[in-house]
Amino acid sequence: MRSLLLQGLLRKPVTDAAPAPGDAALEELAQALGRTARRRLGRSLSIREVDAGSCNGCELEIHALGGAWYDIDRFGLRFVASPRHADVLMVTGPVTKNMREALLRTHAATPDPKWVVAVGDCALDGGCFKGSPAICGGVDAVLPVDLHIPGCPPRPIEMIRGLLALLERAA
Amino acid sequence: MPALNQLLDKGAIAAAHRPCPRAVVEAAVWRNAAGRLASGRLTLLDLWGERDAAHMALRDAQTGETGVLSILCPAGRYPSVSARHPPALRLERALRDLYGLTPEGLPDPRPWLDHGRWGDAAPEPYPFLTAEGDNLHQIAVGPVHAGIIEPGHFRFTASGETVVRLEARLGYTHKGVEALAEGADIDAAARLADGVSGDSTVAYALAFARATEAALGVDAPPRAVWLRALMAELERLANHVSDIGAISNDAAFPLLHAHGGILREQVLRACDAAFGHRMMRGLIRPGGVTADLAPDGVAALRALLETAARRFPAMARAYDATPSLLDRTVGAGFLKPELARQYAAGGFVGRASGRGFDARLAMAYAPYDSLSFTVPTRDDGDVHARIWVRILEVEQTLALIGQILDRLPEGGIFAAPPAPDAPCEGLAVVEGFRGDVLAWVRLGADGRVARLRLRDPSWFQWPLLEAAIEGNIVADFPLCNKSFNCSYSGCDL
Repeated sequence: MRSLLLQGLLRKPVTDAAPAPGDAALEELAQALGRTARRRLGRSLSIREVDAGSCNGCELEIHALGGAWYDIDRFGLRFVASPRHADVLMVTGPVTKNMREALLRTHAATPDPKWVVAVGDCALDGGCFKGSPAICGGVDAVLPVDLHIPGCPPRPIEMIRGLLALLERAA
Repeated sequence: MPALNQLLDKGAIAAAHRPCPRAVVEAAVWRNAAGRLASGRLTLLDLWGERDAAHMALRDAQTGETGVLSILCPAGRYPSVSARHPPALRLERALRDLYGLTPEGLPDPRPWLDHGRWGDAAPEPYPFLTAEGDNLHQIAVGPVHAGIIEPGHFRFTASGETVVRLEARLGYTHKGVEALAEGADIDAAARLADGVSGDSTVAYALAFARATEAALGVDAPPRAVWLRALMAELERLANHVSDIGAISNDAAFPLLHAHGGILREQVLRACDAAFGHRMMRGLIRPGGVTADLAPDGVAALRALLETAARRFPAMARAYDATPSLLDRTVGAGFLKPELARQYAAGGFVGRASGRGFDARLAMAYAPYDSLSFTVPTRDDGDVHARIWVRILEVEQTLALIGQILDRLPEGGIFAAPPAPDAPCEGLAVVEGFRGDVLAWVRLGADGRVARLRLRDPSWFQWPLLEAAIEGNIVADFPLCNKSFNCSYSGCDL
């Protein structure tokens, strides 16, 4: 373990940085997101993730946001454990009938001002599960949605881009 | 005479069920099969049904042969299998909720997937199993959890810090996959299979494709068969490396979590470079694969193998040389080998408790029948053993990816499957990272899916988590739970 720690100290971080010409997307986006978050909210932005019936694919990519490559914490964006600490609810999946009430309660527990970001193709209109009697539909069938990030699942970079768009719109 | 053949011989063999036979049997034979499951002579691969029939996929524990028994239920009733063999319990409860078939003698009458929210009436409270004793208290967790994970409810009964009983209540992510598949064309059904469990999208797509090809009596082109295995091994690698880190994180050791996450991202980026999708979703279809390796794909995957060969051993060493971490994992969440056997637990859950089943070997489907690898097992059955089985599996998987890249045949990658001239049925079992995924499909004469069944390995693992956690402290639940890493969506369907 000591060698791992030592390497961690001596090696450069893996975090996508140093925007090479033509491949500046992540760094640019993330820095802009940090600036906007500070301007609009005057502080960091706290995100609560809710799986309302997804296949877990979106969750895997949302996980990646917090990892070393994307490291959204460095821009003041962080995932929180309780909706009571959150500014943003990031909701994945079609909303199943079995999850509808839990989602509504989570939303009710989130203090204002709050935004809802629907993540993934299922969260738009049910995706490949559209038409099933076991689902309510997309997230907007249950909650007012401020932004939808498409993809199956969306790439982490697209989620960062989406959060930026949200901050541009939310005044 | 082999037990399974004996039972199949007593029934009427269904036409066009491939590659193994399906027999429609009388109630006495069905009950006999339940008894042989209880004695361990047969292994339960799945239990499912439709409006007027129930089906059981079985494997002969001695000969390794598989087959399906069916029982017609004109009155909507059939003899309960779980009355004799508890691993069938949740399968029977789910079948009753979805298709209205009543298992006679069902030991637990509570609903499973039906939370009472599909209609307009207010849902009934769910009576959790009780525990008796002094000073017991209950802790209710979920369905919305603190982490970024799937929804489910866990009801703990604890004595102080010690878990006396855990009961999971699942079904929150039920999306109606099987109902949607009825009448769907093959492409739409394949998209549903892709979305059963996002971390196993390759395994599900592969199981569905193989079952459909079996039904139609066709094979995918050789290059497609090998590319599928390549994708399946990459999926296994991505999940194993990140989970080894995530389990350590639940023992408050985030260093490995960071390193596992770094390696996982490198795997996903290599997959993206090779196939155009980070998780290789939607690439496997009946008839072959829809994307060939990108021109620089082989180089990207070879570079990944080099990186992993450098990074992963350091992770494994760090895990095994950190006493404070081992102090949490050794002895925690012990799963008895006899329970793993009884429930036919697949994947690393079974293999860490002495059950060496791996569909890649046991079913020997191509190209694994011509690849060289071993299936590591242990008998100690704790969190530590499950981590070590996965460490050893990563080593095997890295070697397999190398072998596949070395020997990848040239040629076409897709041959559109023919339309069937009559209804036909197919069954396939493939090894996902979590264990064996089963797919069963019936195609109508019109070529559309009449009935699709997809069985996640977690059906036989979730109940074992409840047994393994008993006597551990509540605070070790996340650790034990992550070491099982069962799928919610895969079982909720």
